[in-house]
Amino acid sequence: MTSWRTKLLPPLLAIVFAVLLSAIALIISGADPLQAYGTMIGQMFKGSTAVDTVNLATVYYLSGLAVAIGFQMNLFNIGVEGQYRFAAVVAAIAGGAMKLPPVIHVIAILVVAVVAGMAYAAVPAILKVTRGVSEVISTIMLNAIVAGIIAFLINADQFGVQRGNNIGTRVIEPSGRIPGIPLGSGTLFGFVVIAALIGGAYWFMLNRTRFGFELKASGESTTAAAAGGVSAKKMTLIAMLLSGGVAGLVAMPELLGRDYSYGITATQMYGFTGIAVALLGRNHPGGIALGALLWAFLDTSAVSLEQINVSKEIATIMQGIIVLSVVVAYEVVRRADLAAEQRRVGRALAGGKGSSVAEGGAV
Amino acid sequence: MSTDVALESAPATPVRRRRGRIPGWLRGVIWAVIAIAVISTASYSTGVAALTSSNTASTALRLALPILLCALGGLWAERAGVVNIGLEGMMILGTWGAAWGSYYGGVWSGLLAALLFGALGGLLHAVATVTFNVNHIVSGVAINLLGLGVTKYLANLIFAPISGNPRQSPPVPKFDTYSATFLSDWLGDLEKQQRVGISDVAGILRGLVTEVAPLTMIAIILVPVSFWVLWKTRFGLRLRSCGENPVAAESLGVNVYLHKYVAVIISGAFAGMGGASLVLLRGGADYLENQTNGRGYIGLAAMIFGNWRPGGLLGGAALFGYADGLQLAGGGEAVLALLYGAVILVAVIVIVQLFRRQWIAAGLGVVGAGILYAIYWANDTLPSDLIPYTAHFVTLIVLAVASQRLRPPKADGQPYRRGED
Amino acid sequence: MSTAEAPAEAVPDRGVPAVQLTGITKRFPGVVANSDVNLTVAAGEVHAICGENGAGKSTLMKILYGMQPPDEGTIAINGEEVKLRNPQDAIRAGIGMVHQHFMLADNLTVGENVFLGAEGLHGIGRAARARLAELAERTGLHAKPETLLEELGVADRQRVEIVKVLYRGAKIIILDEPTAVLVPQEVDALFATVREMKAGGYTFLFISHKLDEVRAIADTVTVIRRGTTVGTADPKTITSRQLAEMMVGSELPSPETRESTVTDRDVLRLSGLTLGAEGSDRNALDDVTFTVRAGEVLGIAGVEGNGQTELVETIMGMRKPSGGTIELVDAEGKARDLTKAGTLARREAGIGYIAEDRTRHSLLLTQPLWVNRILGYQTREPVSKGQLLDIAGARADTERIVRDYDVRTPGIDVPAAALSGGNQQKLIVGRELSGNPVLLVASHPTRGVDVGAQALIWEQIRQARAAGLAVLLISADLDELIGLSDTIRVMLRGRLVSEADPATVTPQELGSAMTGAGEGDEE
Repeated sequence: MTSWRTKLLPPLLAIVFAVLLSAIALIISGADPLQAYGTMIGQMFKGSTAVDTVNLATVYYLSGLAVAIGFQMNLFNIGVEGQYRFAAVVAAIAGGAMKLPPVIHVIAILVVAVVAGMAYAAVPAILKVTRGVSEVISTIMLNAIVAGIIAFLINADQFGVQRGNNIGTRVIEPSGRIPGIPLGSGTLFGFVVIAALIGGAYWFMLNRTRFGFELKASGESTTAAAAGGVSAKKMTLIAMLLSGGVAGLVAMPELLGRDYSYGITATQMYGFTGIAVALLGRNHPGGIALGALLWAFLDTSAVSLEQINVSKEIATIMQGIIVLSVVVAYEVVRRADLAAEQRRVGRALAGGKGSSVAEGGAV
Repeated sequence: MSTDVALESAPATPVRRRRGRIPGWLRGVIWAVIAIAVISTASYSTGVAALTSSNTASTALRLALPILLCALGGLWAERAGVVNIGLEGMMILGTWGAAWGSYYGGVWSGLLAALLFGALGGLLHAVATVTFNVNHIVSGVAINLLGLGVTKYLANLIFAPISGNPRQSPPVPKFDTYSATFLSDWLGDLEKQQRVGISDVAGILRGLVTEVAPLTMIAIILVPVSFWVLWKTRFGLRLRSCGENPVAAESLGVNVYLHKYVAVIISGAFAGMGGASLVLLRGGADYLENQTNGRGYIGLAAMIFGNWRPGGLLGGAALFGYADGLQLAGGGEAVLALLYGAVILVAVIVIVQLFRRQWIAAGLGVVGAGILYAIYWANDTLPSDLIPYTAHFVTLIVLAVASQRLRPPKADGQPYRRGED
Repeated sequence: MSTAEAPAEAVPDRGVPAVQLTGITKRFPGVVANSDVNLTVAAGEVHAICGENGAGKSTLMKILYGMQPPDEGTIAINGEEVKLRNPQDAIRAGIGMVHQHFMLADNLTVGENVFLGAEGLHGIGRAARARLAELAERTGLHAKPETLLEELGVADRQRVEIVKVLYRGAKIIILDEPTAVLVPQEVDALFATVREMKAGGYTFLFISHKLDEVRAIADTVTVIRRGTTVGTADPKTITSRQLAEMMVGSELPSPETRESTVTDRDVLRLSGLTLGAEGSDRNALDDVTFTVRAGEVLGIAGVEGNGQTELVETIMGMRKPSGGTIELVDAEGKARDLTKAGTLARREAGIGYIAEDRTRHSLLLTQPLWVNRILGYQTREPVSKGQLLDIAGARADTERIVRDYDVRTPGIDVPAAALSGGNQQKLIVGRELSGNPVLLVASHPTRGVDVGAQALIWEQIRQARAAGLAVLLISADLDELIGLSDTIRVMLRGRLVSEADPATVTPQELGSAMTGAGEGDEE
């Protein structure tokens, strides 16, 4: 039983704390925090910033979901970073090479992306299940290696095309693109709809299906789940593959909605942002959405700080403080809640009963 | 009646005394000899001199340092039971601190600042994991984010006006280097003579004794020092007990929180020093955004490779440094030659396994050696884009092969709260 | 019996008592673990503290060892009142504790384990090793100081614990259920050491619920029930039955004579079941063959660690047997070979499972009660439909269990961790009896639960048995075994060694069969 207080208070506290701490940093560096924050908020209403924020949040949202699936099984899929980049380059190459009718082309690219993400996640999954290798270390290695693989694949000797100073995959034909939704001065990714659907599917899977129950049970206690007929190894494997599959979609909004080609200079770090966003949203699809929006807001509006001569990295610092303080806040609240619950149960039972000792058992 | 009834709470394993255990230092020497022998043979058979050139060795040493220091940092934290994936962030803080301190106060100030900045990162990690019981990996990831943000912010604030580039510091003073001149010259002569074996050893040794900075020496001395402190002193015993069984330690009067704090702060300081070794050594860049490039993680991998022991992690760091230095100094051809060396190594292992009558292991070894040899035979050079990741591939393979024989501290990564058992 | 309630005569005055606890009370959120405990331990004696699981022995000892502060009451050591805020205070006062679950670090050496925390006495160098060798000699520990602890067997680990306590100069030593993990010969060796040390002036507090051991070693015995001391007696004169009645009050369950409901329909057939043990040549289970019939409770008796856990986990499919077969016969008489089936398939075939460690194996502690109802039943009505969960069904059925099994909870949305042990166990029993099982595997079903829950759980098992359920009961509580079982088999070192009729067997006879005392040829 968690009240709204348990759910919302920690992130709010974390944000307030981060704002205060960053304000101190701003004052020390000689800037006016109020002006800085004002500029950031004001930026939201300028040009296409709001739409850009939602677009970026879509990417973060997918990444957060991918990480959250791993978290449900107590898996730390730091490898979302590598999985999405691997999937992006594979899907971009495949998409550029394919000649298919409009809708089918898009679906084919998405399938390739999901399968590629899964394939890259399969390495740590198999290493963990068969050899007991910690997924944290193996995915970190794979995150680094992916840069080499991308460089290798995008190389003009393989699948790359040189365009000016930039080298990237072949451009995907219009039939393989997802049309955007014009909104104000910007264009909203059509993928927003797909991301929302995936979020819904995630919620449904977790809360309404047998598989979701088994995943959560195994994540909470492998021993209890095993006694209940759930194999931890199987769950580890499936969770990692699912996580990798969703990770495979992370780069798709930008690839199919804006860039149409995956270049050597494509943005990185979406995978790590996903970890932060999943933590912020407590693995809940709604919470992850809010976390993704907050993160994207900090990213897009920070650019405006340059106008008033404040380093935009203050936003990165705020993000770091928010993650760290939100996990601390969740932990503190969780403990307080459990103790309160035990007291409540104790009180409810003590009423009208003399021998409370007999109820207790060994401590 | 026999007395060795399989008891539920005790491992059913009967008393298993390892026969004639080889002392740790001797094992290290044996491994070093095997490694050099394999590399020399590979160098001789393939004709790629870069495998054992002094240039490769000195580059490897320089590249191994940050990894070694991070691995030592990881050792301190994890021996006290705290997983420190935040080494990367602490190292980044160290690079900035080193550049800043060195620019304004000379190299030693730079080193000190790097230690302090890294230790601050460690302190933050300790507060989160020890006091607030946050998941160690979550905290580490957050610290990596924060470390990056803070240094970028500070670089923008302090370095940008001087260097004109927010991603870079102005040129900073570097450590002077010292050579054991006499030894170095003599080894240089030997290396040039191209004699099998001797020249190879001479090349490697010359690389290690020529143009060595004080920071390098300190870092290497920290390995035995860490061993001594952790295994031979009262403080070290208490620290390790926190990583093995904190409940028992607390019941015996060990202040678990305090020891974990100290361990993680030292861990951060070492990682910061690792950052300094990127900035303050000749041949390396000044402060540069993203210059750590995941070395903190590799350091952690080196520590795991080394089975949470100082000697082992030295070997791990040497391996990574060598793989890295080789591809820098020799390119794809040299890495391919290293592959040949790997084939020899696997062959040796196969023979040992046959001797021990481990048929399956030997069989797998033969298959592995066959595949490696096929790759070697079929290619003239390896794809240049993938070569920088030699060390990462090696880590994955080593983990896959050896992870079940590794022995992390028992309570590593576990939350601990006083008074709860 | 009158001795049950009346505090027995006071201990004869033997000078200043080594330990005197007066009016100790300790409350936890929602429970009182100790209330008004009074205990006097004379110097140089072995004083046994007896009580059922959950009577409050452990809490009391934690208070005496400074691990938990009492809410009320005073502690006097050698006549002087002391405040014990932490174990260090206790150590300083000369108290040492040998924990039931050893406080040792596997990855440290014997020496390091002993010196840790007491480095101030002799350092960690040569002087320390000399002192260690001296103490090791006295306690019969033969391992070298530089041996890694993980290489030692249980008895040696216990010796290390004792050495550890002595190294710190303790004169008053608490032994918390020291025999639970030992085999009889090791128990004898331990008792010999204790007697020798007693002669050397040490005082022991011996925590146990095994009456024969208490009678063998103790000079005085104090009984704790429901968190408070109910009396002190001389173990040489009091009978086991009197002692047992003091422990459980007047509610000692007597093996009641009741109608046998045993039918001739087999439900579970095990034949030649064998399970290899890791790193050992001896099997954890060796050629185990038995049949449980409908309406029958088959009890397995045995000293803990003789293969009962492995037996249960092999039947449930959590361990893979190296030989033998497991067959389950359903209500229509169709036999099904389960040897290769997974845990879920076995549960679906109609096996209910009460695990011995409920927090690790039966519950998702942070999840609400109704989610716990689903665990193990995620493929079946009423909690699931096909691949989807039936949340309304799960909630309704949880309400039913809470009602029918008297689970004391404010609602079904509280996390399982918030319930007391007894109420958690009632929920589990309710769940495991709800899927129309043909077989119930019950491992220590009333361990660590209050007497009320115990009675209810027994009654539920009896009712289900009357309705034709086959039950495999594993328990360390001999009275429970005798009271519930239709047949008792004794397990020793992974094998079923003898059979007993619960209508005629006494706990003493069963106890000697469990320790292998009856088998002269085993020497």
